[in-house]
Amino acid sequence: MKRLLKGGRVIDPASRIDMLADVLIDGGKIVKLGRGISAMDAEIVDCSGKIVAPGLIDMHVHLRDPGLEAKEDIVSGTQAAAAGGFTMVACMANTRPPVDSSILVEGLRERARRDGIVRVGVIGAMTKGMEGKELAEIGDMKLAGAVAISEDGHHVTRSNLFLSGLEYAAMFNCPVITHAEDADLVSGGYMHEGTVSAVLGIPGRPSVAEDIAISRDIMLAEYAGAPIHIAHVSSKGAVEVIRAAKQRGVKVTAEATPHHLVLTDEAVYGYDTATKVNPPLRSADHVAALRAGLKDGTIDAIACDHAPHAFEEKDVEYRYAPSGFTGLETSLGVILTELYHTGEFSLMEIVDKMSQQPAKILGIAGGSLAEGAVADITVFDPEYCWTVETDKFYTRGKASPFAGKSLKGKAVLTMVEGKIVMRDGQVTA
Amino acid sequence: MGKSSVSLKNKDILQLQGMSEAHIRLVLDTAKQMKDIIDRDIKKVPTLRGKSIINLFYEPSTRTRTSFELAGKYLGADVVNITTSASSVVKGESLRDTLLTIEAMGVDVVVMRHEVEGSAQFASQILKPVVINAGDGAHEHPTQGLLDMFTILQYKQRIEGLKVVIVGDILHSRVARSNIWGLKTLGADVHVAGPATLLAREMESMGITVHTSVEEAIEGADVLNVLRIQKERQGKGLFPSAREYARLFGINSKRLKLAKPDALVMHPGPMNRGLEIAPDVAYGDQSAIQEQVKNGLAIRMAILYLVLMGGEEVETIA
Repeated sequence: MKRLLKGGRVIDPASRIDMLADVLIDGGKIVKLGRGISAMDAEIVDCSGKIVAPGLIDMHVHLRDPGLEAKEDIVSGTQAAAAGGFTMVACMANTRPPVDSSILVEGLRERARRDGIVRVGVIGAMTKGMEGKELAEIGDMKLAGAVAISEDGHHVTRSNLFLSGLEYAAMFNCPVITHAEDADLVSGGYMHEGTVSAVLGIPGRPSVAEDIAISRDIMLAEYAGAPIHIAHVSSKGAVEVIRAAKQRGVKVTAEATPHHLVLTDEAVYGYDTATKVNPPLRSADHVAALRAGLKDGTIDAIACDHAPHAFEEKDVEYRYAPSGFTGLETSLGVILTELYHTGEFSLMEIVDKMSQQPAKILGIAGGSLAEGAVADITVFDPEYCWTVETDKFYTRGKASPFAGKSLKGKAVLTMVEGKIVMRDGQVTA
Repeated sequence: MGKSSVSLKNKDILQLQGMSEAHIRLVLDTAKQMKDIIDRDIKKVPTLRGKSIINLFYEPSTRTRTSFELAGKYLGADVVNITTSASSVVKGESLRDTLLTIEAMGVDVVVMRHEVEGSAQFASQILKPVVINAGDGAHEHPTQGLLDMFTILQYKQRIEGLKVVIVGDILHSRVARSNIWGLKTLGADVHVAGPATLLAREMESMGITVHTSVEEAIEGADVLNVLRIQKERQGKGLFPSAREYARLFGINSKRLKLAKPDALVMHPGPMNRGLEIAPDVAYGDQSAIQEQVKNGLAIRMAILYLVLMGGEEVETIA
């Protein structure tokens, strides 16, 4: 069926287009982009006052499927993605069992094709059972369609194993994503070590734990001549290490989360378990450094590390709550509110870091509105004011540090391969 | 004592951070009158008759639990102790459900000791009855802070302008944090001292001075509050040995001489004699350690009285 997205402001970082234009879609593809397109037989979607962008991609989410469906599954997780304006997500391997073999990659891809509302890229584990002892069958998983490998959730502590993983994955052009926190330094800690932890009496996870782990991982990647992607960068030191590595030509990319870009450790006052996350929310100097890194390109992409947990898991004493919270349905709103409406970032920059860059890092199609490209499109209203109501979330994870916050900006339409899967906040698929 | 406009009626007592000077003074003044009751032949008064108090202790405790229990009983309340090792907690009951169960039985006050920072605040968000924090992890232990201030007042008649030095494992100490906030509110000059591994430099944001030299900290002190060293910290690599700690940081008579001649020595207990404090100091003329225990009872009577009755009837029982 033909659709015409009419009268929106089209922002496409891939072609540097930022203009009022129409987009004609047919057969799941973008067939024409330009001013004053008329198509008598097309369904007209009025986009005036809205931004028409390439489909947003979140390269770091936890869909919890298989095995942890009390937290989330393919359906609820991809509904949340559609509601948040994402046409694709890449899901981490720390499920039960962990996704560490081709049969699991294939099975999950098949389930996502059948039940998913948006595209799902499957990330495989680097080691068998995610035990950090032996390499998983990385080649086999890549051939089965894995988009990357990662041990996200914890750091691969054995340097020799991580070096092998980098070298091995590079043979298959398989991106490696690292969750970099030195395990010994963060042991027993559950918030950023600093003034707030000193007052609250909570054992800290010092920022140097991240600096060290990222330094090691980058050095190993440099030594191997292999690319590496750093997940959820949060420390000032890490930003500096990545910036320096990029300058000397290391093939390193990095992402930052909305929560690390926006919140500080002061959010932990009050002991709300919806503020507990790894790496932890850090102090204002780290947040400023992270934003500067996002601005100058040291940080390539924004990814939310959507990490839903069941109500009863988060409804406990702070120390006993699992780390992580939900993010897909607040990511764009938070970024627009805090980075765009503050004048720090342009819409072009934001769309780039939420669509084109993740696609590039994963080496997949997407993140472009070029004629002939697959019609994965996100339409959002940057002026739409709304309040975060977690009980209305599609995700099963209701814990969010943004609960109750007023945001400005929201996705109003999500289109996957020409099919509208979300409209005005309602998932339609 | 006249009727006061400040009241703690139905107020949760979670922390001394943010507690106003007027509220702190109300507790300290009330405790003075409560202390007289302890010395009576027949201690029981009917003030809290018909009120019920639950002591919910997730950690072992001698003096805090016993003094809350006796405080309630002396004032005529019914007090029930729950030791979690003998409760549904061992069957995996969540804190929320344990609290709701207690609430359903119609209690008026829940006194809770818990190993996790913030659990008292968590409880206060769930419960309608008053919550009194009897220690939450390394966060705060407000009644200990109040009894320490009460003890200082007893011997020094004032707190404002005094140099109070807290020595030991500051980083993991709820006693230190409650003392710091309370003492700062009443105008003391607060210093902390200990090995760098048991301190947080960032605590200077609380308006105190942080030292790694005990000698430097003690110089001219009016009050020394010596904290317990938990031996398991040694296994975590935070200090090399009990022997070295005692030698470099322990409070002995030689170090005590650096303080003012009439300096007061306190310890929240339980003590490791010969580790953080030498026996001759612990039992010496300057020690108020035994008095602290008695004062703890008076403070807890005052707190229970104030949260349940408000304070209007203080004169009638004293």
